[in-house]
Amino acid sequence: MIGFFWNIMLALAWVALSGSFTALNFMAGFFFAYLALMVLQRQVPALKGYSRRLPRMAAFLVYFVKELVKANFRVAYDVATPVWYMKPGVIGFELAARTDVEITFLSSVISLTPGTLSLDVSDDRKVLFIHAMFLQDEEQLRQDLRELETRILKILR
Amino acid sequence: MIEIIVSVLLLAGAAFMVLAAIGILRLPDLPTRMHASTKAAAMGAMFTMGGVAFYFGDSVVLARAFAIVVFILITSPIAAHVIGRAGYFTGTALWDGTVKDELRDNYDPDTHTLGSGYEGSPERVAPPPGPDSSKD
Repeated sequence: MIGFFWNIMLALAWVALSGSFTALNFMAGFFFAYLALMVLQRQVPALKGYSRRLPRMAAFLVYFVKELVKANFRVAYDVATPVWYMKPGVIGFELAARTDVEITFLSSVISLTPGTLSLDVSDDRKVLFIHAMFLQDEEQLRQDLRELETRILKILR
Repeated sequence: MIEIIVSVLLLAGAAFMVLAAIGILRLPDLPTRMHASTKAAAMGAMFTMGGVAFYFGDSVVLARAFAIVVFILITSPIAAHVIGRAGYFTGTALWDGTVKDELRDNYDPDTHTLGSGYEGSPERVAPPPGPDSSKD
């Protein structure tokens, strides 16, 4: 996250110094700042692995939008057709995420994906309780959640 | 051409909003209603904003539409989480078709503590993230 912040700061510096306040120039500045940080990341511990993290973030966005649309249609189908296909239930999902930021991010993304809603984290932060709408295949759901968590942790760690 | 894209996006947005409304009316209990209202509504707002951005084709409007989508994506899961959590812990009954509830046994309504079922176990109960962590 600190790397992304510096990337934006450097891009703003580029926009200010080149004197043209357009979105296109900001993107150019962002690109150059990204290259500069890629060179710098070996020497600054806080930036370590930043150049790999940004493409992962973009890949995650694509994956997330795909899941969002797919799952939305599933819920929409069940709402629009007369017979209930759903099997709702509350499951406990064992967290690999540890810090506040990781757990918040993960639970928000889980809540955003239709069909799953994070209810609460246990007091010792080991388990996230999730209300799921389609529990036909619990193993499959847990695997999907695990994949989501792995992708998020790759961005944040 | 632009008009067709704008119409399709606006219609899709409106359709998701309608589905969210139908979902709130039809679904049987609070958590399932939260599913319909937050996600489908967020999705509808995203499509509508996409249509707005296409219609004006202006970088200022695009930036605002993008900011609106980001704020909706940040706020709606938190609202859904808080409403769902409050509803659950004040004892709102779940639907009869609910197949399992792993939370009920771990929650103590007197002390408001929520256990994990892993109290005695070491720090990490989930497999560490890695290439082979996809299998549970």
